[in-house]
Amino acid sequence: MSVAEQSIAGAEARGHGFLASSVGRKVVMAATGVVLFGFVTVHMLGNLTSYMGAEAMNHYAEFLHTMVHGMGIWVFRAVLLTAAGLHIWAAVTLTLDNMAARPTGYRAQQNVASTWSSRTMRWSGFILAAFIVYHLLHLTTGTVHPNFNHANPYANFVNGFKVPAAAGFYIVAQLCLGLHMWHGVWSCTQSLGLAHPRYDSLRRTFATGLTVLVVGVNISYPIAVLTGFIH
Amino acid sequence: MSKDLNLTLHVWRQKNAKCDGKFVEYPAKNISPDMSFLEMLDIVNEDLIRKGEEPITFDHDCREGICGTCSMVINGRPHGPRERTTTCQLHMRSFKDGDSVTIEPWRAEAFPVIKDLMVDRGAFDRIIAAGGFISVPTGSPQDANALPIPKESADLSMDAAACIGCGACVAACPNASAMLFVSAKINHLGHLPQGQPERYLRVRDMIAQMDAEEFGTCTNHGECEAACPKGIKMENIARMNRDFIKASLTYRPATTGGGGAG
Repeated sequence: MSVAEQSIAGAEARGHGFLASSVGRKVVMAATGVVLFGFVTVHMLGNLTSYMGAEAMNHYAEFLHTMVHGMGIWVFRAVLLTAAGLHIWAAVTLTLDNMAARPTGYRAQQNVASTWSSRTMRWSGFILAAFIVYHLLHLTTGTVHPNFNHANPYANFVNGFKVPAAAGFYIVAQLCLGLHMWHGVWSCTQSLGLAHPRYDSLRRTFATGLTVLVVGVNISYPIAVLTGFIH
Repeated sequence: MSKDLNLTLHVWRQKNAKCDGKFVEYPAKNISPDMSFLEMLDIVNEDLIRKGEEPITFDHDCREGICGTCSMVINGRPHGPRERTTTCQLHMRSFKDGDSVTIEPWRAEAFPVIKDLMVDRGAFDRIIAAGGFISVPTGSPQDANALPIPKESADLSMDAAACIGCGACVAACPNASAMLFVSAKINHLGHLPQGQPERYLRVRDMIAQMDAEEFGTCTNHGECEAACPKGIKMENIARMNRDFIKASLTYRPATTGGGGAG
């Protein structure tokens, strides 16, 4: 039992700051979430160049590396790293708070409104974090790639997915991304205060549509390589 | 005339906040389906008293669904299986003969168990005391129509004000978050002109107190809305967040001096 339970925290506590407060950290979670799902959407769209052949994809990769005199990609990387870091920081601290808020659980809690997606955010998020590390080592640095060639991203893409275990992990990770996004995209609108009865069903539809699109197209890449459609 | 019920209860018994609790099994025999859930517990308690045992302690007051005192999680759902129903308004016809019923207290760090099924919801009172009020100059009341209030604002305010502070939202939330309660209290004032002068101070003060009480945080599961006996909407939480964002971006540190008439 905390001291606060006997007293009104009042003005002093009010000054405890945006980032220390529960709602403030929810806002950080939501805002960084917007950056991250915006990124996965653009990432999915950019990789569509793989369907247009080696030249198109390698040209696209070269554009990413040379835009704004080569600075662009570093700006993107810095923004993404910051967003991911803040997202994970908010998730970890809020989760610890939430676990402390209910030290004794129920014998048989019945879930009425929550979804499998909303209840597994921690796990899907954890798997995604692990996947991102693997994905960077696999197709960005090439550390865990069987035959990586910095000059030929298209070949790395195709050869990487020819390994069934790697392709399988990508597919599993994309399904986790789907679970994470379906709740996350809807949830971030709520955390940012964007709720209105006129747009409630639209929020759900948008979350479902974006999730199906991103995950569907992303899963098609390893499948297209494994089936020989992209070669 | 429907048949009387015989049930098996698994009730959380806990002597006080310091002791560990445990589930104890009790039979509930010859229960009329027309009884309320609390009346069924009264019968069980009378039986316990006759046998010289300690009766089950539970919170209750008006028994007509408006005070928010009765609080127990029945088979994993706050206030039991029926939507928009408090425990006192839950009737035994919602159960079948031979059912096994698990009864637990609200479980949250911020709601310590006083005894058995009774918890201390003083945290809610302290959140209200931190900002859930308006400051008005006293004097003779002004004409009722002196302040024009749009019908929509009055309706939204009344919808939020329907909150009876029972704590079912906290009990149902997988994170033991109080955000549905706090947002209802913030918005029933925030929708009205009388609530405007302190609107942005209120949201910061009440959220600061909510955090100090160690409630969890909202992950938008929606369990609170489903459990609320008064149908408080999650839209209130979004509006509270919106007010909090605006309040955090625009507040000024308290000014000193200045502003005097000279």
